[in-house]
Amino acid sequence: MDENIIQVTNLSKSFDISSKKPGLKGTLKHFFKRETKNIEVLKNINLKIKRGEIVGFLGANGAGKTTILKILCGLIYPSKGNLAVAGYLPYKRKSNFLKNITLIMGQKQQLIWDLPPMESFYLNAAIYDINKSEAKKRIKKLSNMLEIEKELYIPVRKLSLGQRMKAELLAALIHKPNILFLDEPTLGLDINAQRNLRKFLQIYNKETNATICLTSHYMKDITSLCKRVICIHEGCITYDGKLDKLLKKISPVKDILIICKTDKDAQELSKSGFIIKNKNQKEITITIKKDSIKFTLNEIINKFDIEDLYINEPPVDEIIGNILVKEKV
Amino acid sequence: MFNLNKNKLTTLLKVQYSNMLEYRVEIALWAISGIIPFFMLNIWTSNNLNESINLSNVMLSRYFLSAFFVRQFSVVWVVFTFEEDALLGKISPYLIQPLNPFFRYFAQHIAEQITRFPFAILIALIFFLLNPESIWIPSLGLFLLSCLSTFLSFLIQFLIQSIIACLCFWTEKASSIERLLFIPTLFLSGLLAPVISFPEYVKSWIYITPFPYLIDFPANLLSGNNTNLIAGFAMQIIWISVLFPIFKKTWSLGTKKYTAMGS
Repeated sequence: MDENIIQVTNLSKSFDISSKKPGLKGTLKHFFKRETKNIEVLKNINLKIKRGEIVGFLGANGAGKTTILKILCGLIYPSKGNLAVAGYLPYKRKSNFLKNITLIMGQKQQLIWDLPPMESFYLNAAIYDINKSEAKKRIKKLSNMLEIEKELYIPVRKLSLGQRMKAELLAALIHKPNILFLDEPTLGLDINAQRNLRKFLQIYNKETNATICLTSHYMKDITSLCKRVICIHEGCITYDGKLDKLLKKISPVKDILIICKTDKDAQELSKSGFIIKNKNQKEITITIKKDSIKFTLNEIINKFDIEDLYINEPPVDEIIGNILVKEKV
Repeated sequence: MFNLNKNKLTTLLKVQYSNMLEYRVEIALWAISGIIPFFMLNIWTSNNLNESINLSNVMLSRYFLSAFFVRQFSVVWVVFTFEEDALLGKISPYLIQPLNPFFRYFAQHIAEQITRFPFAILIALIFFLLNPESIWIPSLGLFLLSCLSTFLSFLIQFLIQSIIACLCFWTEKASSIERLLFIPTLFLSGLLAPVISFPEYVKSWIYITPFPYLIDFPANLLSGNNTNLIAGFAMQIIWISVLFPIFKKTWSLGTKKYTAMGS
């Protein structure tokens, strides 16, 4: 468990991007003289990931999360820096390295569109040098885990998005990779399909001790799968550590829902200097600092006639959403 | 770079053949659209142009039928598919598999040729019904040699297009470069006229290009016309030996430039 399976030091990546102004003038100018800008999308990234860890990469669109995954799986070359994934230089794309990893992109598919998924599974099995009987065993096991036994012989184009995503996952896992790079794997899936996919990933991680690097804009993916998160803002890591520590650090407050016995009590409570988050007749939600919770609760119980009281954490989506745009966490 | 073995190749072919059978009507239409040589035969014979090159009507019709067959089994479109896949990021999942993605395209072409085969035979039968005097059965040796030269012709075209396809890592619209090659391929390959009909001074340099070995050489072999067997095969092998390392280098440099756009 202690072995670092991914090690990245001073990793940077820049792209040349051409820009064009709208209109005929811009088009003609672009035709004769292309304006290109060199944009540094990753800046001095340092990270280590241990075998069996599930790490969530958080960041706004264009922050650089997907670029990191693409570099780690060997799809694109880094501009600067050192990296080792499972002991290999990813961009060399050595056969043994590629047999160790997989990349699943929510918006891209590798299954052959007009054929049933089974054909793609057998093709992938052959590509990864897995014999047919072993491939059959793995397909049976994975399709059972993913609950897609009935869809294996239906052309991919006739499958629903959720069924297709499960089939994509099976195709990507047939060679039992040790490292999974998942780029928004639940994109576009309904709530049940998202939950099933997360459950499957948890079981896969537990059974195989596979390392999972995940990006997702669905916070539920991150909170239910990842103990550790890496926040990225404009190509820099702004936080690397435990998710619960991050939540404590960036959200030192709690919401308290107080249900007063009368409207009068509610009125008085709302005027007593607390930060009011919400008010609905006899129900008032106040936000308080975590370190003053004992004192505040005592004060409320002693001063006001209350019917009930609930202490809640602010929604994770709200907290994470706030940090995605921060330079430092 | 090339981790191909028998199992991978046969599975690739089986899967791509199943895939191509899904498009059988489209492939039949492509086969029919390849009948340019028959139009050219009509132009040649109706204007008695064959007399100038000492080729009888029968031999000329056999040449153009052979040209049709060679074209059917050597047609290449990898540049268009690869360009689309690269620009939309579709090759990303294939790039991180232990098999060069070009083998997928290669298998697609072979599978398509197998699918085309019955349609090509049907067109040939219709041709023989209309021109019974052209019916001939080539010797087994010549038939096998012409099959080999057709395959080598396919390899040359596949390599040329693959090199151009790799350029889309830099230019994004590599297929427009391929279009530059369309005219010399059309005129110098023997699709519109046997290369023997060209003036001597033109022929002397045409024969050092790869074009006459794409259609003219295999078609002459199959139809039984006089052709320099050793020189033809030697030039096909030389061109493959020249193009293959260029492809390897372009691929290696191109994948370094790949940005996985659209994914």
